[in-house]
Amino acid sequence: MSRHTLSVLVEDQPGVLARIASLFARRGFNIESLAVGPTEAEGVSRMTIVVNVAESPLEQVTKQLNKLINVLKIVELDNSAAVQRELLLVKVKADSNTRSAILETVALFRAKVVDVATDAITIEATGNHDKIQALLKVLEEYGIKELVQSGMVAIGRGSKAVSDRTLRSN
Amino acid sequence: MAEITGAQSLIQSLESAGVDTVFGIPGGAILPAYDPMMDSKKLRHILVRHEQGAGHAAEGYAQVTGRVGVCMATSGPGATNLVTPIADAHMDSVPMVAITGQVPSNAIGTDAFQEADIRGITFPITKHNYLVTKADEIPRAIAEAFHLAATGRPGPVLVDISKDALNAKTTFNWPPVMNLPGYHPTTKPNSKRVKEAAERIIAAKKPVLYVGGGVIRSNASKELLQLAELTQIPVVTTLMARGAFPDSHPQHLGMPGMHGSVAAVGSLQQSDLLIALGTRFDDRVTGQLSSFAPEADVIHVDIDPAEIGKNRFAHVPIVGDAKETIIELIAALKDEYKAGRTGNYEAWWANLNRLRTEYPLGYDHPTDGSLSPQFVIERIGAINGPDAIYAAGVGQHQMWAAQFVKYEKPGTWLNSGGLGTMGYAIPAAMGAKVGAPDKTVWAIDGDGCFQMTNQELATCTINNIPIKVGLINNNALGMVRQWQSLFYNNRYSNTDLNSNRVPDFVKLADAYGCHGLRCETREEVDKTIEKAIELNDAPVVIDFVVHKDAMVWPMVAAGMSNSEIKFARDMAPQWMRSDDE
Repeated sequence: MSRHTLSVLVEDQPGVLARIASLFARRGFNIESLAVGPTEAEGVSRMTIVVNVAESPLEQVTKQLNKLINVLKIVELDNSAAVQRELLLVKVKADSNTRSAILETVALFRAKVVDVATDAITIEATGNHDKIQALLKVLEEYGIKELVQSGMVAIGRGSKAVSDRTLRSN
Repeated sequence: MAEITGAQSLIQSLESAGVDTVFGIPGGAILPAYDPMMDSKKLRHILVRHEQGAGHAAEGYAQVTGRVGVCMATSGPGATNLVTPIADAHMDSVPMVAITGQVPSNAIGTDAFQEADIRGITFPITKHNYLVTKADEIPRAIAEAFHLAATGRPGPVLVDISKDALNAKTTFNWPPVMNLPGYHPTTKPNSKRVKEAAERIIAAKKPVLYVGGGVIRSNASKELLQLAELTQIPVVTTLMARGAFPDSHPQHLGMPGMHGSVAAVGSLQQSDLLIALGTRFDDRVTGQLSSFAPEADVIHVDIDPAEIGKNRFAHVPIVGDAKETIIELIAALKDEYKAGRTGNYEAWWANLNRLRTEYPLGYDHPTDGSLSPQFVIERIGAINGPDAIYAAGVGQHQMWAAQFVKYEKPGTWLNSGGLGTMGYAIPAAMGAKVGAPDKTVWAIDGDGCFQMTNQELATCTINNIPIKVGLINNNALGMVRQWQSLFYNNRYSNTDLNSNRVPDFVKLADAYGCHGLRCETREEVDKTIEKAIELNDAPVVIDFVVHKDAMVWPMVAAGMSNSEIKFARDMAPQWMRSDDE
């Protein structure tokens, strides 16, 4: 088992997310993380799906995904050849004793303070999975009141675009 | 351009797509579509008695005509009643379009009367599906649905249309522009792979052509025959492929799988090269996967890339249409022959011929004088011949019909292979008879299956669809009972149907306006079948009262290795003789 990142270009149509999610569910795969959004091409959305599976079931789920009529293209983004980012918003307990130490952590991780209250600070951070986990570990000491995280988005390094060929052929 | 309603647009779309027959039942949400249907000169609508019947009828129609079968139902329960045949068509790759009415778009999501999210329900059992809420989108959805259903790996497509879209005003344009940027089925095989396949075929010592239903779907029987005769390689045809290769052909070893012939099963188990054509290594064929064909390399040809490598690693994966691939493979093999390279399978054939001679398919007549179900089915096949069409339900009678009817032509054997839908036979035979009115169409059914869908006999009588029903009445859910005999210590929990008491099938046939005949002895069998063939003014039901304890042999117990096949209870074949080595 290992983590794989799939970039899936899909037609922006109602029900597409449900088709993909139900396909994963019925073929027995767990989605670790999922992010959906528009792309540079009108009518095309991009899903970044992180799954934790072995090599041969990954091939099977990719082939099954490809059979969905609304799926245009699937690319596996190799961890080393792609930039990966998650977004974190976290509300941390903070009083006059701890606030400066928390701000130091924020600076060290190149995170941002987006809201301050008398007894809490809300921090925004982006980064890859490991960085976000490392930040959270440090912040845990101060007491996390609430946290919300996006699914991971990823883009290949270099000048080539995933959508180049697919969208041209239309 | 003249304004018409969405409903009129739907009917014109169906007509333009070449539809001549629709099986269905009207209801609230689909009602607008049924009004213009009345005026259509091109569409014949057959009013069934249950939507499941409409779906299986569309499947039967599709398989004998090679065209897309069409069924129609209203929203909610009408649509959910189509779920079983849609799933059936999905498993067996039957081209079908299901059209359902949906509640008005402003009521969708409100738990309105007769509302069901049929699009959501059928996500996993359709090739694709649509929810259409705008009248202008109807022609494109219909055109795409027919294109998707019929091309690539065929399958069912559902088009759910809201009532307001059917009532709204629109204009009609045909052909509409299809917009399927994510759909590009590969039909042409990779020629390098084909060459590699040819080389492996020449090099193999013990190859087998493992033929599946894809060969029938791609209409490749003629090409398969050429390939087989060119190479002299033995052929096995799966349950879905019965008829793809003539049973009378000396290279045909029969059906592989759980109830396959010893020669067919044994050929796969001993093979060094499987040439898998349009087949998906289903568990009913492979038995325990890890011990299936343990010596064999695999050439796997399939139009669906997801089937290749799904259950069994393919050494030579070929994505392509079966027909196109076989044609290219024949050419590649001829090149090899020209270069002086040929295969030699003589020793292989000697071994297979021994298996075939020593372990033929067979059965015993019951000693108490009661009727053998295998004999009845064998006689139905022999008397009606290879031009008739045979549809079976699911269970013992289905396996016997696969074993003892001799098929010579594709499209003459209809059954529910993947889903195993009891009740398939009567409506599928009805649809087949509509699609091929000049052929004799038999439903070979069991007393359990029959009671799930026999209401369509009313449809057959009313619409002059004179099918023949050979009802193999063993008073029980026979296949389940067989498993209870073999694996549950003869404890027959809930498998006795008491069909000897209720219903009286002859009276039931009579009530439906059919001819009801009964046959209880071996002497009457031929006479009764011949009488049924003569009666063409109405459907015929023959109640063949057969012995309860007959079992389907050979058998590989579920989850066991195919090498553990028994050709009769506790009787295992001897695979190798010392002089075979």
